[in-house]
Amino acid sequence: MDMGQYLEIFIEESKEHLQRMNECLLQLEKETNDIGTINELFRVAHTLKGMSGTMGYSKMATLTHDLEDVLDGFRSAKLFITPETLDLLFKCLDALENYVENIVNTGNEGDDDYKELIDALSLVAEGKPITEAKQNTVIKPETNTTVVPQIEDAGQLIIKYNEYDKNVIQKANEQGMNVFKIDIILDKGCLLKAARAFIIFQILERYSEIIKASPSVEDIEDEKFDFSFTVVVITEQAKKVLEQELNSVAEVNEVVIKPVIAEQISISDSHESTGQNPTQADVKVNEIKVETSNATTPKNIDASTAKSKKTGKTVRVDIDRLDILMNLVSELIIIKNGFEDLDGMSKANTYNESLEYLERVTTNLHDAVMKVRMVPVETVFNRFPRLIRDLSKDLNKDIELVMSGEETELDRTVIDEIGDPLIHILRNSADHGLESQKARIEAGKSQTGHIYLRAYQDGNNVVIEVEDDGQGINVEKVRNKIVERGLLSEDIAQNLADRDIIDYLFKPSFSTADKITDVSGRGVGLDVVKTKIETLGGVVEVDTEMGKGSKFIIRLPLTLAIIQALLVLIGKEKYAIPLNSIKEIININEEDIKQVQKQEVMLLRNMVIPIVRLDKILDVPNRDETNGKKQLTVVIVKKGDKLSGFVVDSLIGQQETVIKSLGKILSGIKCIAGATILGDGNVALIIDVNSLA
Amino acid sequence: MELNTMDNSPLTTNNERSEATNYDSKQFVVFRVANEEYGVDIKMITTIERIMGIARVPKTPAYIKGVINLRGEVIPVICLREKFDLPSVEYSEDTRIVIFKIEDSAVGIIVDSVAEVIQLTEDDIEKISSFTNSKISEHLMGVGKLENRIITLLNLEKIVLQ
Repeated sequence: MDMGQYLEIFIEESKEHLQRMNECLLQLEKETNDIGTINELFRVAHTLKGMSGTMGYSKMATLTHDLEDVLDGFRSAKLFITPETLDLLFKCLDALENYVENIVNTGNEGDDDYKELIDALSLVAEGKPITEAKQNTVIKPETNTTVVPQIEDAGQLIIKYNEYDKNVIQKANEQGMNVFKIDIILDKGCLLKAARAFIIFQILERYSEIIKASPSVEDIEDEKFDFSFTVVVITEQAKKVLEQELNSVAEVNEVVIKPVIAEQISISDSHESTGQNPTQADVKVNEIKVETSNATTPKNIDASTAKSKKTGKTVRVDIDRLDILMNLVSELIIIKNGFEDLDGMSKANTYNESLEYLERVTTNLHDAVMKVRMVPVETVFNRFPRLIRDLSKDLNKDIELVMSGEETELDRTVIDEIGDPLIHILRNSADHGLESQKARIEAGKSQTGHIYLRAYQDGNNVVIEVEDDGQGINVEKVRNKIVERGLLSEDIAQNLADRDIIDYLFKPSFSTADKITDVSGRGVGLDVVKTKIETLGGVVEVDTEMGKGSKFIIRLPLTLAIIQALLVLIGKEKYAIPLNSIKEIININEEDIKQVQKQEVMLLRNMVIPIVRLDKILDVPNRDETNGKKQLTVVIVKKGDKLSGFVVDSLIGQQETVIKSLGKILSGIKCIAGATILGDGNVALIIDVNSLA
Repeated sequence: MELNTMDNSPLTTNNERSEATNYDSKQFVVFRVANEEYGVDIKMITTIERIMGIARVPKTPAYIKGVINLRGEVIPVICLREKFDLPSVEYSEDTRIVIFKIEDSAVGIIVDSVAEVIQLTEDDIEKISSFTNSKISEHLMGVGKLENRIITLLNLEKIVLQ
């Protein structure tokens, strides 16, 4: 069967499950005994096994299968979680991620079968004998050890009854019905155990009512049992009839039917269901034994399914289709702009009304479409706890990652690209930012270093901050390094503001680290971060204070497709300046412009701001230089927190503009970010503030 | 045949029928630049437009006149006169922008006028040897002969991508 059509779904879902697994493992590291998390892990591993098996990825299925065995051990409290086993589980997760990665890239799971992991897993699965379990603070009843029912002692199969079950059985007894506990042992050669069990259930349901099953019915259907299972049924039939019927089913090895009497049933204590503190509730009446850990399973499964619903159902939409929708909206906005440009000849109410309506529709449509494209940053953030955990082990530092604002949403295209830059910055903070444990204590700080990862919306921008409470950037060291590398002469370097010095950190192959570590210091990174973020239309800034820590601030545009822009006139040409980079617009006199080292500057509230004459930069032709007027209109734009003043001839107004690419042939023009279509059908170019400011 | 009527309509629609009648022949759109006749394979051409507002793009070679808005798409246009180092003239009633696709992106070229669509067989096309040495020759695919007319066949890809 061709599985190609399912491949994408498989990949998406696998990624989701692996992410879930990651979260669970991290959770487990904090609270080793959380049975809910263990159950969730087990469920995820089981799903992954099923999925990979169905898709024919046998290596992945084998690994998950072994993983499942170990997890089942944890779940049934047969095995106990140690830091070593957790590390092993993390390694398995990495291996599974590799498999999925391979499948994404090649459609194939790859050749590595991770033999050592599988060996280790089976060691763990076997290597924890029952005796060790007994050493645990909780004294477990003997019966707990028999999680996997053994064929040899079928009578040992265990069923847990609660108050309700007991009442039912009692009632049945009173009404003269028979209650039987039936142990069914399948042939060892049986291939489709679940199917066989299903047939048996069908037969039983014909004659009786099944009130209890061990393992649970769900588990039996999922083939999560060895070769035997136990059911408790209420029936009017005699034991013989059932025996005969069941024995007629193929591949059934043995059927043991024993009557159940209500008075002989013991009820397990209510607090057993916590799974933490099983008491000596088993009573050896009639070979009925109480099995605590197994019986808690259904409850916990309920809890975990409830949890998984919360993690959000995702709708996968083909990005191409979304783009088409996006283009349609663009057209609508163009039409709207056309309307606005119509001379107010027909001032009839209907005209205004329909215009307003159109405006409302386009705005709503825009919002709706943008929302479809929006993804919470959580999808990027949720891989970082693991990253920090590993870094903290590698670097031998105590690091705590505090995340906030994970629900902040960003355009899908931005989300896909923002992961790597953030990893760079986080590594940087962990390696260079935070001091060693010893240094921290000496500096009177807490031994644990903190990295704060925050996301929030700020106007039309989304801001992501990575802050650490480490040593901060040593500006003097950077300054010396600049001189040392001959990037600037000593004089100039001394006179540069700290902020400009820090900017050098973003230059290619610039690293101040004294030694290169595995984590960072090779001088690749921050320049890549900067380039990447700038291609996304964003900016990076650094705030730092010696001894206190540093903060990387990334500002990203909320959307890439439609922006508010100010239309300006330069010569006879119209240009658009993105509104979110405009700080203010002022009029100054020609003589207010001063020269500093051949660079024109102006003073704005005591700040020196460089002047950019757009007509010169953009080579605007046929322009009357002086224009006869002494007043200049200056648009103050900000790039990060640097300001510059763009001189324009006149302002046209604010407009919602749809950004269009100039196409392949005209790509690579520095000062132009794209084009937009005006209401009159003409094209206006969008000025790239980042490259000019 | 005057092509004015075909403005805004894709030319390629006629294509299949004529191809069926003559397997060896190809159709070419013929246009004029500075009294010379040029031909371009009709399959490359999407539409032919009248001259419209062109927004100049700074920091580009002079022959790139700028960008136009073609039904919501921003398309760069190239002036053939500038490209061939011919003296530029004012746009007239006959000036057209021929829009074609190269490597999936649309480009327009400004020509003095568009004349007609002709059919040329393999025999009618002469491969260019070293008979010219002008700047134009590197943009050529060959020369078409039709009765006593000489039609220069352009290699648009070379013109745009160089």
